[in-house]
Amino acid sequence: MELTQFKWEQDSGGIVTLTWDTPGKPVNVLSLAAVTELGRVAERLAEDGAIKGLVITSAKSGNFCAGADLDEMAGIAGGAGADTVKTAFDTMMGIHHVFRKIETCGKPVVAAINGTALGGGLELTLACHHRVMTTDASARIGFPEAQIGLIPGAGGTQRLPRMIGAMNALPLMLESRRIDPAAALGIGIVQQTVAAAELLAATKAWIAANPHPVAPWDRPDFRIPAGGPFSKSGAQVFTVGNAMLRSRTYDNYPAQRFIMSAVYEGLLVDIDTAFKIEARYFVRALLSSNSKAMIRTLFHSMQELGKGARRPKEVARTEVRRLGVLGAGVMGSGIAYVSALAGIDVTLIDTTGERAEGGKNAVTKLLDREISRGRATPARKDEVLGRIHPETRFEALRDVDLVIEAVFEDRKVKAEATEKTDACTPGTAIFGSNTSTLPITGLAQASRRPESFIGVHFFSPVDRMGLVEIIVGKQTGDRALATAIDYVAKIRKTPIVVNDSHGFYTSRCFETFTLEGLTMLHERITPPLIENAGRMAGMPMGPLEVMDSVGVDTGLKISRAYRAEILKSENPGPQEQIMAWLVEENGRNGVKNGKGFYDYDSRGKRQRLWPGLFSYGATSWRNDADPKELMRRLLTIQALEAARCYEENVITDPRDADVGAILGWGFAPFTGGPLSMIDTMGAAAFVAQCDSLAGKYGERFRPNRGLREMANSGETFYGRFAKRRAA
Amino acid sequence: MSDCYIYDALRTPRGRGKKDGSLHEVTALELATQALQAIRDRNGLDTGEVDDVILGCVDPVGEQGADIARAAVLKAGFAQNVPGMQINRFCASGLDACNLAAGGIMAGQTELAIGGGVEAMSRVPIGSSGGAWPEDPSIAIPAYFVPQGISADLIATLDGFSRDDVDAYAVQSQTRAAQAWSSGRFDHSVIPVKDALGQTILARDEHMRPATTMQSLGALKPAFAEMGSLGFDSVAIQRYPQVEAINHVHHAGNSSGIVDGAAAVLLGSKEKGEELGLKPRAKVRAFGSIGSEPAIMLTAPAEVSKKVLARAGMTENDIDLFEINEAFASVVLRYLRVMKLSPDKVNVNGGAIAMGHPLGATGAMLLGTALDELERRGLTTALITLCIGAGMGTATIIERL
Repeated sequence: MELTQFKWEQDSGGIVTLTWDTPGKPVNVLSLAAVTELGRVAERLAEDGAIKGLVITSAKSGNFCAGADLDEMAGIAGGAGADTVKTAFDTMMGIHHVFRKIETCGKPVVAAINGTALGGGLELTLACHHRVMTTDASARIGFPEAQIGLIPGAGGTQRLPRMIGAMNALPLMLESRRIDPAAALGIGIVQQTVAAAELLAATKAWIAANPHPVAPWDRPDFRIPAGGPFSKSGAQVFTVGNAMLRSRTYDNYPAQRFIMSAVYEGLLVDIDTAFKIEARYFVRALLSSNSKAMIRTLFHSMQELGKGARRPKEVARTEVRRLGVLGAGVMGSGIAYVSALAGIDVTLIDTTGERAEGGKNAVTKLLDREISRGRATPARKDEVLGRIHPETRFEALRDVDLVIEAVFEDRKVKAEATEKTDACTPGTAIFGSNTSTLPITGLAQASRRPESFIGVHFFSPVDRMGLVEIIVGKQTGDRALATAIDYVAKIRKTPIVVNDSHGFYTSRCFETFTLEGLTMLHERITPPLIENAGRMAGMPMGPLEVMDSVGVDTGLKISRAYRAEILKSENPGPQEQIMAWLVEENGRNGVKNGKGFYDYDSRGKRQRLWPGLFSYGATSWRNDADPKELMRRLLTIQALEAARCYEENVITDPRDADVGAILGWGFAPFTGGPLSMIDTMGAAAFVAQCDSLAGKYGERFRPNRGLREMANSGETFYGRFAKRRAA
Repeated sequence: MSDCYIYDALRTPRGRGKKDGSLHEVTALELATQALQAIRDRNGLDTGEVDDVILGCVDPVGEQGADIARAAVLKAGFAQNVPGMQINRFCASGLDACNLAAGGIMAGQTELAIGGGVEAMSRVPIGSSGGAWPEDPSIAIPAYFVPQGISADLIATLDGFSRDDVDAYAVQSQTRAAQAWSSGRFDHSVIPVKDALGQTILARDEHMRPATTMQSLGALKPAFAEMGSLGFDSVAIQRYPQVEAINHVHHAGNSSGIVDGAAAVLLGSKEKGEELGLKPRAKVRAFGSIGSEPAIMLTAPAEVSKKVLARAGMTENDIDLFEINEAFASVVLRYLRVMKLSPDKVNVNGGAIAMGHPLGATGAMLLGTALDELERRGLTTALITLCIGAGMGTATIIERL
């Protein structure tokens, strides 16, 4: 057959191998072109008596299919009105029709899953009669749709629970879990795992033994494994499942509720009716502003930034082979660890040999933890540790490409480290400061080569946080920026690029969240209500818990420094007073000493709010505040700060703002980020909301000029940015 | 509007709702049948005069399905012109069946009717009828569905009822029920359940534990903590975010018991009663139902009581006795607090914590209990109310003639 997405090979026994090979891409995607060709294949299969069966496999190394073509989906979702809805629905029903033709063609169709199969690709295999997967431990199957606000739309919500039961199927789809071949076999999604080289033989053997397979759900005696929604176990699955879903997501993610509903409603009817139910939920998810924002930020923008979208094009690709890290504390050792993992040789410097060795020991502990979880081998540990060289002498930096300082957050200490480094490094080395608050332009004054000085702000814990905030000072040059971006890509993190300002972008916006929480406390809103409002708004923790994890004492120090240096004020605000009361009168510094707004156990696990907190202040606590209003305040204040950063040119690209907010401090991911949130709401509505909040709670909510302009012109951040880029 | 008179009320004893319960061998149909036969026989009813039989039943599936009221009418040997209807408003079904009958009589469209209910919980377990509310994500998630025990614990958390508070109430329920039985206060209204040979299978409520003390209850573990940890506590807190953690205080000893039983209440117009020579015992002053916040679920009794009192032109002070179903101790404690009632007027003969709560029948049983006690004490007015799943409440005010 003439195909563009697949290669058709028929062997002498009448078995066709259909090898998927999406043109011009490193992985296969389930495009509409592929679906159309699969439809032709199914017809040929049904009609051609010489064909005995079909094997579907992939030509891509390590990849069976990465999922649907998101750009194509975005195109379908891009229109407006009833036509868009109808087109989208018809498109999805068209996919169901083709998959169903494959499933009911009367001849055996087997998936030879030679690598990772995700989303639509996995769904295609579910429409096959049998699945054989490679034993390659790096291969994965999974449904990532919910992560970007979508649901499986090519039959996954229906075939999967009919195959493995709703209890096993739901977590895979709701939590976007990716599982390896052994787990896929264990749970019953694939029926066989074999070495990659034996895949074709195994699939052909199955075809020979099963000339007329029928999908389980097409047999008259079909029963849903473990029963449908109103069986004893099904009632448990859905009743408890609904609660678990809300408990985990606060019902902030429509797609996840749609998955639950599609499975629940679908299992109450036959599979062909069920596909219509799935298609309707899929289209609702696809057309929602929520999924559009999530796809943009968490898929497209993240990929683009990861591939160096913000990199100065003129500078040739750089390669950091040797890295110097100054300061072997928590941050320094974390930076050394992630760098050594990426194959970089690290010189880890601290003031004493003991301290430097301590940093390496911390890395050893991290690696041991990975080994205990089966994610690393002892050999890998030796290899990584072999790249970390503890040192006390700056002379050891003589051939590094990049130095990152993670010394004490103090201008003098940092200046000294900068000077000592300058004296020893080659003229080509870039100097990165991991400061989280001190303006880069000021720190660069200590450098002989300020054009090579840049901010490289990591987040804690370094090994788990995927973001690095790169701060460009007034004199920072393009080569420094390119090097920093290339380095961040090499350690497989996502870089955002911001201009210098107090607190840069992330710390500055994030701080508004904790301050707003403290302000609520000052307003006598009962602490549980503040905390729950924060979590319900979509933040990973309530503002008080966040204060505990940052360190209440640290917050107090920052607040006092800011007041002295920037505000030039003698009078602490109510927020600072609360922190001082906790730290200085009650010795509660946060998670670090097991005592903060909350109590913590010996392993740092959060317990209940500290009962003594309720004795703060004289008047009674208010538990009647509207939680929705509190949630609105907590998100609005952050988004507004992000909008100000954009106006002040701290942020020059909305992708940096949105990706940075979600990866950096966990800003409500379902919004697609703070600027996406404003765009989705519309600047006019957002400005009106800000003004209303400013009237009630204070001028900090007053919208900036840029926002008002956008409100008047009806513009969006992404619209403005696209125009600027085109210009 | 015509008056609706209550001519009689009776119930079966409540059998322990387990395999070892005395009534486990008896079908739900038989329980309902014996209640209907008893009310016919002791009133010498010509059943052809009965316009309707309305029975509450909360899990109307299996043997309780397909309109058990009509089946019971036929099995009881009533005239074939007597129709039957099964209704479901969860825990208030038995009272709503009486209210529905009363409504027809007050509107002049019914002359004589039987309201009541049946639930054989040992045979058709609670929850057997399934339902969209807990399971369908499109309602369970936005409505913050939690099981009732979590709601009861949420009430205790919000109102600050301690484990001791709810246990003390449970002990009181047991003490009062035991005293009521031992002094013969239920003798008139409880009809023994008999087998086909005429032998008595059960004549007294068998769920009671009169020896209950604070110490014996103290040994019981909270029943809903584990369920809460599955996610339901979080759901409740998301609806009531001023709460940091749910205080789980309820257990089998301070919650209503699972039992088997049936009840019947004979209602009719003044004229029909005179025609048939029936002696009226009380009249229905007012009744009604209400919806309330569904996650906390069990707080509607106070709301519906106020609504129905207002309709009757009365206040709490005009009511001599209250019966509020003891679904959970915290439900009653909250009712006492919100309505500002003296405990001496409320559930004076114990309640479902001691004697059990046969879901579809309980409302009709409470009506009978209140009526008997008004007569015994020579008092006039009683208000009967129940909390209801999914956030509802039903109440009825009766006045002795």
